Amino acid sequence: MKVITANFVTCSVKECKTSPSAFPLHFHDAELEMQELDFQPEFIRNVLPRIDWEALRVTANELGFPSLPESKPEGEALDDEQTLKDLHRLLLETQVMEGRLICGNCSHEYVLKEGIANFLLPSHLV
Amino acid sequence: MESAEIYEQRNVHEVYQQIAEHFSSTRYKPWPIVERFLKELQPGSVGLDVGCGNGKYLTVNKDVFIVASDRSENLARIALQHQPHSTVVADIMDLPHRNAFFDFAISIAVVHHISTPARRVQAIAEILRTIRCGSETESGGKILIYAWALEQKNSRRGWDKGDPQDIMVPWIRKAKSTDDEPQTFNRYYHLYEEGELERDIDQAGGHVLESGYEKDNWWVIATPKFLS
Repeated sequence: MKVITANFVTCSVKECKTSPSAFPLHFHDAELEMQELDFQPEFIRNVLPRIDWEALRVTANELGFPSLPESKPEGEALDDEQTLKDLHRLLLETQVMEGRLICGNCSHEYVLKEGIANFLLPSHLV
Repeated sequence: MESAEIYEQRNVHEVYQQIAEHFSSTRYKPWPIVERFLKELQPGSVGLDVGCGNGKYLTVNKDVFIVASDRSENLARIALQHQPHSTVVADIMDLPHRNAFFDFAISIAVVHHISTPARRVQAIAEILRTIRCGSETESGGKILIYAWALEQKNSRRGWDKGDPQDIMVPWIRKAKSTDDEPQTFNRYYHLYEEGELERDIDQAGGHVLESGYEKDNWWVIATPKFLS
């Protein structure tokens, strides 16, 4: 699972959808792998407005990247190729291959195996 | 009587796990309506492909980001190869996504596998829940739902108005090697009659923007209703 994806998922449990503590889910025991992808500066610029920066900072911290700026790069900062390259590397190239995602609201754990997170709920939670 | 969930587990989910590889090798050409819908999106849009199968729609528009999901882990693994997108295993009835956030969602040939009218409406409502709502001044996010039609008398199946709508359709998995036999798997389908998909979407809280018929399927583009 890519780091960007953690910005677009939350807990599958219905009651958690409206709870601020369910987002973002928290990574535990994450094993990372870098996967090289074509660098598309335009794509990063376009998608950035849809990123919840606070949530991304939480995720990045948990994965061992504590150096994210406090606020989202905007305006002229987006003309800087290195800024965009760093974001490309973090958001798209950094893959969580193994580990767990834990909901901060209900504590349910989702398992990540071979790069895929499984969000199916056991029948008692459906 | 067994529950709808268990019925679907046996007659849909387990079948796709078994036929994933062969099924995927037969699904590569995007349907024109789906292609148009994806190509018209604004660059930087973020959306969902619910029931993505092998992920054949992930490559249509390289300027948008899609979180794809499928109930079958075997299909989700096949879809994972389509960069720069992401694939997760999830159930359409309980999607792991925030409320009212996404710019678009597609769900192509998926809701026809759900075995009761109430669950079909609930599945569409679950997709609509994730979509950004519009207002007086701004249009909301859009979904495209595509489902198999009852009215397809010119197809090789030949069904038409008046035929049963809840049926089992065989999938014949070709032999994997010379000493293997072809195997038949039956999948459950609900064939949609004219107007039915629009009714389900309305009941699920969607406002139909456009609808039509393409290649033996009914399709609808809709947006979440908003209170003015």
